[in-house]
Amino acid sequence: MEHTLTSGSVLGDRPRPAKNYLNETTGIKSWMTTVDHKRIGIMYLCAVCTAFLMGGIFALLVRLSLLNPQHTLFGKHWVNAEMYNRFFTLHGAIMVFLFIIPAIPASLANFVLPMMLGAKDVAFPRINLMSFYLWCIGATMAIGSMVIGAVDTGWTFYTPYSTTTDGAVGLMTMAVFILGFSSIFTGLNFIATVHKLRAPGMGWFDMPLFVWGIYATGVIQILATPVLAITLVLLLIERVFQIGIFDSRIGGDPVLFQHFFWFYSHPAVYIMILPGMAIISEIIPTFSRKTIFGYRAIAYSSVSLALLSFIVWGHHLFVAGESDLANVVFSALTFLVAIPSGVKMFNWLTTMYKGNISFETPMLYAMSFLFLFAIGGLTGIFFSTLAVDIHLTDTYFVVAHFHYVMMGGTVIAFLGGLHYWWPKMTGRMYSEKWGRIATALVFIGFNMTFGSQFIMGGQGMPRRYFNYLDQFQPIHAFSTYGSWVLGSGLFMTAIYLLASLKTGPLAPDNPWGGTTMEWESSSPPVVHNFEEQPVFEHEPYDYRHRTVTHV
Amino acid sequence: MEWLRRLLLPIDQGSEFAKHIDFMYMAIFWLSVVLFFGLMIPMCWFAWRYRFKPGRVTPHQTHNTAMEVAWTVIPLLLCVALFFWGIIGYMQFAVGPGESMEIQVTAKQWLWQFEFPDGTRAVNELHVPVNKSIHLVMTSEDVLHDFYIPDMRVKRDIVPGRYTEYWFTPETVGEHVSTCAEYCGKGHSDMKAKVFVDTPEAFAKWMETGGDEWMHHTPEEWGRIQYEQKGCQSCHNVDGTKSKGPTWKGIWGKPVTLNNGTTVMVDEAYLRESMMQPGAKVVQGFDNIMPTFQGLLRENEIRGLVAYIKSLQ
Repeated sequence: MEHTLTSGSVLGDRPRPAKNYLNETTGIKSWMTTVDHKRIGIMYLCAVCTAFLMGGIFALLVRLSLLNPQHTLFGKHWVNAEMYNRFFTLHGAIMVFLFIIPAIPASLANFVLPMMLGAKDVAFPRINLMSFYLWCIGATMAIGSMVIGAVDTGWTFYTPYSTTTDGAVGLMTMAVFILGFSSIFTGLNFIATVHKLRAPGMGWFDMPLFVWGIYATGVIQILATPVLAITLVLLLIERVFQIGIFDSRIGGDPVLFQHFFWFYSHPAVYIMILPGMAIISEIIPTFSRKTIFGYRAIAYSSVSLALLSFIVWGHHLFVAGESDLANVVFSALTFLVAIPSGVKMFNWLTTMYKGNISFETPMLYAMSFLFLFAIGGLTGIFFSTLAVDIHLTDTYFVVAHFHYVMMGGTVIAFLGGLHYWWPKMTGRMYSEKWGRIATALVFIGFNMTFGSQFIMGGQGMPRRYFNYLDQFQPIHAFSTYGSWVLGSGLFMTAIYLLASLKTGPLAPDNPWGGTTMEWESSSPPVVHNFEEQPVFEHEPYDYRHRTVTHV
Repeated sequence: MEWLRRLLLPIDQGSEFAKHIDFMYMAIFWLSVVLFFGLMIPMCWFAWRYRFKPGRVTPHQTHNTAMEVAWTVIPLLLCVALFFWGIIGYMQFAVGPGESMEIQVTAKQWLWQFEFPDGTRAVNELHVPVNKSIHLVMTSEDVLHDFYIPDMRVKRDIVPGRYTEYWFTPETVGEHVSTCAEYCGKGHSDMKAKVFVDTPEAFAKWMETGGDEWMHHTPEEWGRIQYEQKGCQSCHNVDGTKSKGPTWKGIWGKPVTLNNGTTVMVDEAYLRESMMQPGAKVVQGFDNIMPTFQGLLRENEIRGLVAYIKSLQ
């Protein structure tokens, strides 16, 4: 059988069905009560992008506060330490809990995961909708806490500061508690879907690697998030009743909180990055028109990263008063994380070898990911090497490191995935030209903002500092200029994506020549995804007997 | 490559340990550079060499066991080597030297208090003799803090209700900065102390007299230096605006209303009492949160502060 796959904004040879998931029913009510995973995915997408905008504004405010050591703007003093502490707390809390954790699983994966399996919907559609409403309640409470007295504890809520400071810490922690349940429901749904709703004939090792990544994420979500919930409830009880769990004055132990907190929050780092890696495993074979190299190794590395994520939390406490023995053990375990991460990098690169590579926006994002994640991963070695960690931890070096992993990794992959599935989700093509310009701006701005922070951190600039020594002024200013470039790239992305909804050309069913099952549906898909139940016919990423032509 | 080290790390290497850390840092830096280009050069080469050509057929390579084992095992061996190197360096620091000078450190929002073996106390000012091992025993009176001297490449959290320890052996005479590296609230970034590494003679003299620095300043100037150094500026502004504590501007010689409704005249006696027993007379509208400076300020410093406040009209 000879297929000809197209690449670019050309309509497929199949006529578009008149009715699809977007226009089958209309009106606000039909969206608010929908149990269609595609609509919930779109609603989640709008929600997390709004959160990203808010968190991003706080990030720009943080950078603007540090533009000069006098904290002046046009000669006027405009910000004080209390405001700054709130800026970075809200930036962190919003980005972590409202954006990065749900970003890929609840929006993009919600949309495409059931389609990749050839399913009509997720296993529990109502729980899926409930997850979205829990997110909304959590987000409302988080925003409410900003209005009635913004939190200034940092997103980590370290005790005893968080049990003694003013501000709406109670409301904020309750918000995070509820957001945790929304995350658990999403993970639970995906695990059940993967187990029960695969297309006839599709075995575990026939699933796209995106599904493996999201499955591994789901495991972490349902095992780790309850620990966060327990920790936050204990924190609240401590704040209200003063019973002495974390407060040393009444017999508690502040370091215990850090253990509890990181027992969730380190696995949470993998809740954030695994879906990003999962997207890259889709984009690279599609735009290289070549089968993925080392399918099983990538699948196993996702699962092993998920398991390793549970036993390395202690590396956040190397200088926090943990015993030397614990430090040595956690250092050794932390080094192990490098292995599966490296395996993925090597497999992606080898997939590109002898491929037929084109550079549409999703592929540019995927290559940016490889570049930035390589830096994020390699700078992790500095921290797992115990002696060096002592100097670098709690400085801007760690800020730069985790932004390279979280933003350079997850957010870049999210943007790549958003562009990759945009034609499928909306039925429209975005402007390729503006897409490439925006990718370049994001890439340059990101490296300006955070690359410079490695230098500051190494020189000894502690994080969460409002006032800094004059010697750091040029680098801080450079980093702030970078944040403007980065911000304008993201702003541009928002504009041309939204514009494409009105003016973009109609998308073909399979604009990139993808081989996974979601591309067999129409763009946008019909309500039940496929006209008839798809049957598993060929392994994913099988480019044999397929030639690709640009038209 | 010394210029690169000076760019990436603090210029001063205050101790043998700092040199050791710098060497490790630079070694990992170069290893990362090699690995980074080892990944990026193939990526760029593949992207160029195998750029899109209509009709090009790609091979169906699914795996290659030998290669995959190699790129799992070689990084693993590299990590094992780095791990052992890292703990060797860490253990040198973790076990304190046998004979050392013990200094008690108390951290509180937002100042450092140092207590020397002979009972001498100082705020935000740590004098240590050169080439002698210093052993800090640290605790906090309120929230988490972290003692960090970038020039010594060492930091350690300070936990309320616990004692944590910190060693360093300064090797060059000079002035360094220590900062708080664990977020502790509004004054976090102002919680700095000066670390003076003195010759043994200068150190002995400082222990005896607290130094003669004050003689080189007018009382107002000396007071302003104390204001910045002893942590007063964390809570008191001098520009007339309210902070955690009342401003110092324009209060001298005027009556002030206390939280029990009575008024008191701001004079030498009141200012001195407010430093030594801050809870005795709290100004209306403020919380009783100021720590006592009893035994922490020398006579010349108190005089300086009073003179400084007097000058702020």
